[in-house]
Amino acid sequence: MSAMGANAPGAGSVPEPARPAITIRGVTKTFEAKDLGTVVALDGIDLDVAKGEFVCLLGPSGCGKSTLLNAVAGFSLPTSGSVKTDGVEVTAPGPDRAMVFQEYALFPWMTVFANVAFGLEIKGVRRGEIKETVDALLATLHLTEFRERFPKDLSGGMRQRVAIARVLALDSPVLLMDEPFGALDALTRRNLQDELLRIWSEWKKTILFVTHGIEESIYLADRIVVMTYRPGRVKKIVEVGMPRLRDVSSPEFNKLKRELTEMVMEEQRRHAEAEARLATAD
Amino acid sequence: MAKKNAGSLVWSLAVPVALLAIWEAASRAGVINPMILPSPSAVFLRWVAYARPARPFDPAEGTYLAWFFSGELLHDAAASLYRVVMGFVIGAGLALPVGLLMGTSETVYRLLNPLLQILRPIPPIAYIPLAILWFGLGNPPAFFLISLGAFFPVVMNTIGGVRTVDAIYIRAARNLGASGATLFWRVILPAATPHIMTGLRVGFGVAFIVVIVAEMIAVNNGLGYRILEAREFFWSDKIIAGMISIGLLGLAIDTGLSRLSDHLLRWHRGIEVGK
Ligand SMILES: Nc1ncnc2c1ncn2[C@@H]1O[C@H](COP(=O)(O)OP(=O)(O)O)[C@@H](O)[C@H]1O
Ligand SMILES: [Mg+2]
Repeated sequence: MSAMGANAPGAGSVPEPARPAITIRGVTKTFEAKDLGTVVALDGIDLDVAKGEFVCLLGPSGCGKSTLLNAVAGFSLPTSGSVKTDGVEVTAPGPDRAMVFQEYALFPWMTVFANVAFGLEIKGVRRGEIKETVDALLATLHLTEFRERFPKDLSGGMRQRVAIARVLALDSPVLLMDEPFGALDALTRRNLQDELLRIWSEWKKTILFVTHGIEESIYLADRIVVMTYRPGRVKKIVEVGMPRLRDVSSPEFNKLKRELTEMVMEEQRRHAEAEARLATAD
Repeated sequence: MAKKNAGSLVWSLAVPVALLAIWEAASRAGVINPMILPSPSAVFLRWVAYARPARPFDPAEGTYLAWFFSGELLHDAAASLYRVVMGFVIGAGLALPVGLLMGTSETVYRLLNPLLQILRPIPPIAYIPLAILWFGLGNPPAFFLISLGAFFPVVMNTIGGVRTVDAIYIRAARNLGASGATLFWRVILPAATPHIMTGLRVGFGVAFIVVIVAEMIAVNNGLGYRILEAREFFWSDKIIAGMISIGLLGLAIDTGLSRLSDHLLRWHRGIEVGK
């Protein structure tokens, strides 16, 4: 178990000075909302994510975490600024930046196998190879016995495993995750967090992970990007620097947790104040 | 389990059996004029006569199977079924591509929707005079009317199904690299099938109503024609026998469609699998 921390890329070793996996420069995103006028969801975000790094975006809801992730995914491009993955400007969604959604977003009409195979079929991979890859992935994520089930027959945790298997099948270097474990109970969540860390270190993925869970971010990340509420800016970037698997009850862990809670609560208060202003304005 | 089934069978049959018993008793006591309302037993005998081959089996005239199906009822049922299936296939066959196109393309939707909204409230029955004028007598006007009846429920539900596909599926699919035809056939279409299946079932129901009406005006066989013919001879027992046959055929078709729908949508939430 403790061996995992040792060979985790980016955990202790200095990342090679290669091109970053993700480069975010001056990204601003505004929305025209009917009742609010112009909402500045993101304002001048700069962030580099190194290859093999695990970065968490942390902040209260509404601070633009999903907006930033969607800009990297290519679902919704920034109003200004640029996002590059491996040096290439992001202009559209693509299988090189696989996304795991909080709502799982599995295709309910496809079996577990078909869901995981879908991305490979689109790529035009041979049938035999697809079967091999998918079956291996299902085994990795302990899903083999659910191979022919439909998503509706699976628990939330199982569904998210399928969603993870589905993006791993694409073998994309970058994984984008938007509160993927937000809807799960605490035990299942911890279980999947450990699973994700194992996959990340074994497969040498770059992960950009959105969460509003402070503990979750400390448990997972190399670096935590704390965001401000409206306009969404980078408030602080925190290096975690503890060996994995991390002990959530250690003094070190809890010290960091207190500091981060302080920062997030400050933004949460600004969120609450904004809501109150809105309510009195009506 | 078996006991519970038997119990529910008793419950579901209790009211119909009681009604039949009262009806039969009233007819035998001479309370109701049999010309107005014949007894259940008379209807049943008439139904058997309607269903049975007219002549005894004679190997010289053909196979046993042909003889078995030579009764008037099965001929009529086959004729009605043929019309309703033809009309439905034409109507739904046009409605599906139109609906899919209107659902996916905003331009097509804006071009065709006003026309659709104007035509939709006109009951197919109102097209009867035009149908006869355009297509004369026989099967063609019936096909036309039935396909009209099937068209609108299928087209409306298909549009609705495609337009309400959850955006998260589209995002997930695009993220996996899907676009164009793959996105349409593998994601949008299956996501819309629950709505489309509803449209097909409703469409078939309307088609079945229209076939009976169409047979009363333009053709000289079929279940609809037969009950109208019986009225001219004051054969009320045959009218009711014909109505029951229509009901049974409708039930059989709807059960079949429901099974098909359950099978196609076995992945769908809220549908019991393997019942
Ligand atoms: N499509 C949109 N239209 C208008 N406003 C939006 C839209 N998407 C997000 N926003 C606004 O942008 C801000 C950031 O949203 P989001 O990125 O979803 O936050 P988070 O994921 O951190 O909860 C919020 O204030 C939200 O109301
Ligand atoms: Mg969000």
